[in-house]
Amino acid sequence: MNTFTDPYASSRETTEGTVFSVTGGDWDSLVTEIGATKEERVVVNMGPQHPSTHGVLRLVLELEGETVKEVRCGIGYLHTGIEKNAEFRSWTQGVTFVTRMDYLAPLFNETAYCLGVEKLLGITNDVPERASVIRVMMMEFNRISSHMVALGTGALELGALTPMIFCFREREKVLDVFENISGLRMNMAYIRPGGVAQDLPAGSLPKIRETVKELRRDFKDNEKLLIGNTIWMKRTEGIGYLDLAGCTTLGVTGPVLRSTGMPWDLRKTAPYCGYENYEFDVITATSADVYGRFLIRMAELEQSLRIIDQCIDKLELSEGQPVMVADKKIAWPAQLALGGDGMGNSLDHIREIMGESMESLIHHFKLVTEGFRVPAGQVYTAVESPRGELGVHLVSDGGTKPYRVHFREPSFNNLQSTAAMCEGSLIADIIGAVASIDPVMGGVDR
Amino acid sequence: MNDKGMFGAPGTGDTSGFGGLVRIPASTGSSQRPYGSYFDEVADDLERAYPDFADAIERVVVDRGELTLYIKRERLVDVALVLRDKLLFEMCLGVSGVHYPTDTNRELHAVYPLLSLTKNQRVRMEVCVPDSDPHVPSLVEVWAGNNWNERETFDMFGIIFDGHPGLTRILMPDDWRGHPQRKDYPLGGIPVEYKGATIAPPDERRSYR
Repeated sequence: MNTFTDPYASSRETTEGTVFSVTGGDWDSLVTEIGATKEERVVVNMGPQHPSTHGVLRLVLELEGETVKEVRCGIGYLHTGIEKNAEFRSWTQGVTFVTRMDYLAPLFNETAYCLGVEKLLGITNDVPERASVIRVMMMEFNRISSHMVALGTGALELGALTPMIFCFREREKVLDVFENISGLRMNMAYIRPGGVAQDLPAGSLPKIRETVKELRRDFKDNEKLLIGNTIWMKRTEGIGYLDLAGCTTLGVTGPVLRSTGMPWDLRKTAPYCGYENYEFDVITATSADVYGRFLIRMAELEQSLRIIDQCIDKLELSEGQPVMVADKKIAWPAQLALGGDGMGNSLDHIREIMGESMESLIHHFKLVTEGFRVPAGQVYTAVESPRGELGVHLVSDGGTKPYRVHFREPSFNNLQSTAAMCEGSLIADIIGAVASIDPVMGGVDR
Repeated sequence: MNDKGMFGAPGTGDTSGFGGLVRIPASTGSSQRPYGSYFDEVADDLERAYPDFADAIERVVVDRGELTLYIKRERLVDVALVLRDKLLFEMCLGVSGVHYPTDTNRELHAVYPLLSLTKNQRVRMEVCVPDSDPHVPSLVEVWAGNNWNERETFDMFGIIFDGHPGLTRILMPDDWRGHPQRKDYPLGGIPVEYKGATIAPPDERRSYR
């Protein structure tokens, strides 16, 4: 033990051994102090405020030298009780809650939830074609923006700064599309039970086409940086290995499962929202490592753009068609319009309910305050989110509010594989492995 | 129909919303064959592979194109192993708890969605246990990925998964009291004042049935 006291690196004795507190700027004295002890095994707490743990994830690492002997994840730092809260709001209001779970993929949460509500209502086939196409287009844009964060922050955490700048540049363009269509960049509550909140604004399709063209051009920047780059490959190849058997027993889905060579994508195997009508490929890799997963995400960007191209063609043909079910007992009565002070209820609708039709007012009031009743029962619906199978277990007791909303979050399940991927590897490789799982803590903790 | 009020409203006819939400218990019916889709095939295969089928499975429900097998908890692990090894349901997509306070002696339900990658099929297992004895055998030995899911269900509903390697809270703090997603656990919240009016917390607002 050293004799001087360092104000930034204090140590104290406990029954488990010496505990060192690190507060920054003290590495030399810390290393000297730890070196003085005869312990082989050091337990290091990493996170939940560590910049490389991909959010508020806490990792407890047992190290021998630089080798990781055991990893334990600590989660729950972002638990917000969304599932419980949703039981106290109407079925439509639930969308506003669930969109905040996995905040990088809000439209997937909304779609999965709405597909569940529609299945409970038995109106799955009544959702207008145009609404489904808009959902698909929004989801694919969302997949791009989510993969951009996965690639960008993943590279950043491994020390590569430039991909992150490029990725966020692209993501910004996608968020502009969201803002143009829904009015919001994140947590849009745009997809509603029965359809979508509103149709695309006039003249948005040419803009979207332009964005697709720019994205396709700019994705090449990242490909040049991250495919075949020696430094990048040394940090990612053979790291975080998890084979197919490991994936199935751990319930791992998404790019991690596809990196084992298994072409499992719910858009192909159990199509929803009309995915069977689009041409695209399921991207796989056979390396089952971090590099393979990054390659899959990069290749999926192009597939998403392919789907968006087909969506735009379909949307051009279906101009003016409804985007919400015809059943007035379910469809949200109010329409949105751009006013002098931003987006709000359309003045036409206000005129109708306040000045012209008392029945419309009653209808609006009943539907907005009470909501609609959903026949009792339970369903499980799943969509392929950027991270894997996003499942929703919905239970209705026949009332105007959900009885139980449970999200089977891919991040939650995939994060469990951290130990299987990292134990026995070097400490620096944990960062890459966790980044390749791409957990979003908002989704993990809900 | 004598439950129609003056204007044909069912129940009490109270439209104020302050009558409180009336919860009805879960249905107890069982579906009859043929179940349709691939469900008959799954049931046949399971009966063949697991001779105690009739004893282990309380009910088979087909609703909205989904198959649910209600399984006695003593037989859960056996059935799960058969489903995994013989019927190739390689993946368990977690466990979701549901609390039905009015479903006497079956208050707590654990719901397991299963997925077969080989056959692209899904089934659901459901286990019902009384609140006074909330024990369900753990499936971590069958699907390792159920570890965190069972911890979450324990955390939120108080269902104790026997044989789990480390059944501790996962989302709530370790010293938390109660199980937040049970129906008898209040949502909490405070009244919010906005422009002179006070808005009650969500669980004290009007509830419509």
